[in-house]
Amino acid sequence: MTLHQPKLSAKNVFKFFEMQGHRIVALQAIDLDIHSGEFVCLVGPSGCGKSTLLNLMAGLIKADKGQLLLDGSPIEEPGSHCLVMFQEHALFPWLSVLGNVLFGLKLKPHLTAKERLEVARYYLNLVGLSRFEKAYTHELSGGMRQRVALARALAPNPKVLLMDEPFASLDALTREQLYGDLQRIWLQHKKTIVFVTHNVREAVCLGDRVVLFSPHPGQIRNTYDIDLPRPRDINSVNLAVHSAQVTDALKGYLAKTEECTV
Amino acid sequence: MIRRTVISICFFVFLILLWEILYLLELWSPVLLPSPIDVGIYLYGVIENQTLLSAVVVTLKRIVLGYGCGLLLGLPLGLLCSRLNFFRDTLGLIALGLQTLPSVCWVPLALLWFGQTESAMFFIVIMGSLWSVIIAINTGVRQVPPIYVKAARTMGSKRLHTWVYVFFPAALPFIVSGMKQGWAFAWRSLMAAEIYVTILTGFGLGHLLHYGRELNAMEQVIGIMGVILIIGLLVDKLCFSPIETLLHSRWGTNLTNE
Repeated sequence: MTLHQPKLSAKNVFKFFEMQGHRIVALQAIDLDIHSGEFVCLVGPSGCGKSTLLNLMAGLIKADKGQLLLDGSPIEEPGSHCLVMFQEHALFPWLSVLGNVLFGLKLKPHLTAKERLEVARYYLNLVGLSRFEKAYTHELSGGMRQRVALARALAPNPKVLLMDEPFASLDALTREQLYGDLQRIWLQHKKTIVFVTHNVREAVCLGDRVVLFSPHPGQIRNTYDIDLPRPRDINSVNLAVHSAQVTDALKGYLAKTEECTV
Repeated sequence: MIRRTVISICFFVFLILLWEILYLLELWSPVLLPSPIDVGIYLYGVIENQTLLSAVVVTLKRIVLGYGCGLLLGLPLGLLCSRLNFFRDTLGLIALGLQTLPSVCWVPLALLWFGQTESAMFFIVIMGSLWSVIIAINTGVRQVPPIYVKAARTMGSKRLHTWVYVFFPAALPFIVSGMKQGWAFAWRSLMAAEIYVTILTGFGLGHLLHYGRELNAMEQVIGIMGVILIIGLLVDKLCFSPIETLLHSRWGTNLTNE
């Protein structure tokens, strides 16, 4: 074990899918190290394999080649070490808000019932939904649902929080609020976060590092360190400069891919 | 709520009045259409001499036992069908076919196999309810959105835990509607069985109905039909409605504007 061992790392990862008899290379030779407390955004157009990589990190699917390591040991199966927040909120409609947040905590045998309740209430408070702990999912707005999903994902204290386009289905205003909340929570807790999005601006706004993917085959093209002070405003000019740089690069790669396939 | 209850009561009072008027007009022979008062007198009689109560008890015993066993068998078999394609392609197909078979069709077979016994009754009720329960559970579990299971797995839920805390509650609305359908089929098949199968071990509502016909006692036929109808209504309102209302309010699928 070295001192600078990454929290999460992908080593030469390949993933293939069969589609109508053709073999699609979803991920090709992915090497990526994510360090403890880092906020990394994976960005790219659809089909570039960024969500596939996230599912691999979550242990929901297996790599065809290469390894995924969490604290140096291979990720074998899903579990509360890497929690995922999905694009759809995936909250359980048969449980109240509090029940949903408690779900993951109840799978932690070393906690007492009282501790679980305290932790759940702490995270509900953190996302500003203390008043709604008895509500059911259908009574909440889209933004509130994603907040509950965030509290549910944070509560079991995962080593890494994986977020799969969690704000994609929200309206712009709600999304901006959630950018603020997420940054505030991240600054407080310094959780290691991997955030998948196709929105370059969102990636630049949230990430310490933006990893650019391109499709056919899904591969990493470039990484950008975003050295802007936090909390960042998605509408700021500085941010626009960075995001333009990433977008230009992405357009270049896409044009090249098209030339190849045509 | 009170308003709706009052409307319901007024409606039934109106129906009974209409009936009495038709009786008074003497359009049909009173043997074919007795007065609601005659029916009431008959019902009062059988209530007083305990005939009705014992018949209701006999019938309810049969339905609870048969339907209960139908559920106990149907639940695990439905789960097997939903998870393993082998069971889906074998048992699932049988269930699909037999579900469409009217339950009264089981009566001749049950009579030949078991004779005029309680076992025949029991068998008919199970056959009436089992298949629809299997199908409802199978469909219900298959409808569980995969994202729930995915989310649960990433939170560390596995095998039995996932079944008990994710699949079961997620499929519950389907399971309850399957149970309701199973009940309706079981109830119908028991009535058919009691009308057709004369046995000495217990005199159920169906038998009372049957003897009403034998004796040409129309007030008995109508009275017992009313009792059967009321039991069906009560089971729906007292057992299934509260559960359904609860589920709808949880899932946010409540379409009625109460």
